[in-house]
Amino acid sequence: MYLVIFFIFGALCIGGALNLLLQRHPINSALSLIVVMTSLAVLYLLLGAEFLAAAQVIVYSGAIMVLFTFVIMLLNAGREERTRGSRAAYMVGFPGVAALLGLLTYIFLSVRTPLGNARLGGASLVTTSELSRVLFRDLLLPFEVTSVLILIAILGAVALARKES
Amino acid sequence: MSPLLIYVLLSIAKIVVVLVILLTCVAYTVLLERKVVGRIQNRFGPNRVGPFGLLQPLADGLKLFLKEDIMPASVYRPLYILAPVIALACALISIAVVPFGANIQYHYHGMGIDLFEISDLNIGLLVILGITSIGVYGIALSGWASNNKYSLLGSLRSSAQMVSYELALGLSLIGVVIRAGSLRLRDIVDIQATHGILSWNVFGGFQIIAFFIYLISAYAETNRAPFDLVEAESELTGGYHTEYSSMKFAMFFMAEYANMITVGCVATLLFFGGWTSPFGNLLPTPHWIVIQALLPVFWFVLKVFLFVFLYIWVRGTTPRFRYDQLMGFGWKFLVPLAIANIIVASLIFAPR
Repeated sequence: MYLVIFFIFGALCIGGALNLLLQRHPINSALSLIVVMTSLAVLYLLLGAEFLAAAQVIVYSGAIMVLFTFVIMLLNAGREERTRGSRAAYMVGFPGVAALLGLLTYIFLSVRTPLGNARLGGASLVTTSELSRVLFRDLLLPFEVTSVLILIAILGAVALARKES
Repeated sequence: MSPLLIYVLLSIAKIVVVLVILLTCVAYTVLLERKVVGRIQNRFGPNRVGPFGLLQPLADGLKLFLKEDIMPASVYRPLYILAPVIALACALISIAVVPFGANIQYHYHGMGIDLFEISDLNIGLLVILGITSIGVYGIALSGWASNNKYSLLGSLRSSAQMVSYELALGLSLIGVVIRAGSLRLRDIVDIQATHGILSWNVFGGFQIIAFFIYLISAYAETNRAPFDLVEAESELTGGYHTEYSSMKFAMFFMAEYANMITVGCVATLLFFGGWTSPFGNLLPTPHWIVIQALLPVFWFVLKVFLFVFLYIWVRGTTPRFRYDQLMGFGWKFLVPLAIANIIVASLIFAPR
């Protein structure tokens, strides 16, 4: 049953990602991104990472993407024109994608036995309390430094957006 | 039949029963609101259809169902249709993790099936928060897809309001989670079950400030008075559902009332001891097992009813906020207060 759910949501994830690229209207692309994020949350759930799944839905699909759609609605962005694209993108892009795909396939196939039994971070990151023990005790300093980094980004945004008086 | 099939069938049966009860409650909450607001405004409210107007929801539903479903010319069709579906679906899904009564399981071939809950999750509280945060899209997309300036303004207001108050709402619940040490709703209720009203989070857990923060931000989150700027008639005609008619309008309407009931359920579970009796163990335990199982459900329903009544009372009493007041109140008052509450709560519960 897990395998069936995995394939359904994996397909939904990839379909959403492709739709994100192919749609011409920004709001449709934003909605496809929400589908991608939410299916990712289900995949996390299948791996047993319940807190990560919930955080994924609350933070990404719920908060960040609301801001995306908010901005799109506020700017009233219209349909985009479809162009032929630059030649460099074709020259470098397609071989690059093929190479990346080949590399990833090779790596996944060569280590598939350990990956098949993989759990998130061994067995100590599954439940919420285990995750928070790691986050707030063992890795407290990096965690707090990251939050200060985000704070700096917010301050930078405020400084940039402020009007000269 | 195989145990798995039985399990699936019983789960579906539970979902159907809970949905039917919830939708009936939604219909009668609308009637209750019209009746109570009528009394507050010194008039009778609906009293023509059936005894005391009790069949009014049925008549309303029939009217909305039979009305013409107008599709305005320049709407963005897929999202215009999808938006009410998202709103209603999100409003109905969150009831799935709410436990209504004591933990009674029906055992069948080693599989325990909860009788008074659709699903018992370790992260039940987070699921409710997550679904609430997805629910914003229903309103946001409806306003945008209607291609109407009033709708767009209404939905922009609502998205900003819901995103802002979600923060205070989430922060206000942390004290409760610290006390229970778990995000599972059953654990949160169990820790309040020892001494009746004295051990409820709102009194014994010292979470009375958190409770009021939760209540205020939940009112804003469900776009109800005094925070119903989203559909302020005098400024925005109908707000985000100006262009909606017939069943699509009814879906938004049902979503709003279902959200009210969910907020009542969550407030009951988190702050008012869920299905536990306010008298603790002072009352004698009934002998008959059916009464024993249904008594907690009675307490739960009573508390949820009181919260729904409070919702209506507040609507009939308070005037609407101005938009800058709303944002200032949320960001400058509720969020700092919620953070201070977390600090105090962690200091209280740290020695345990």
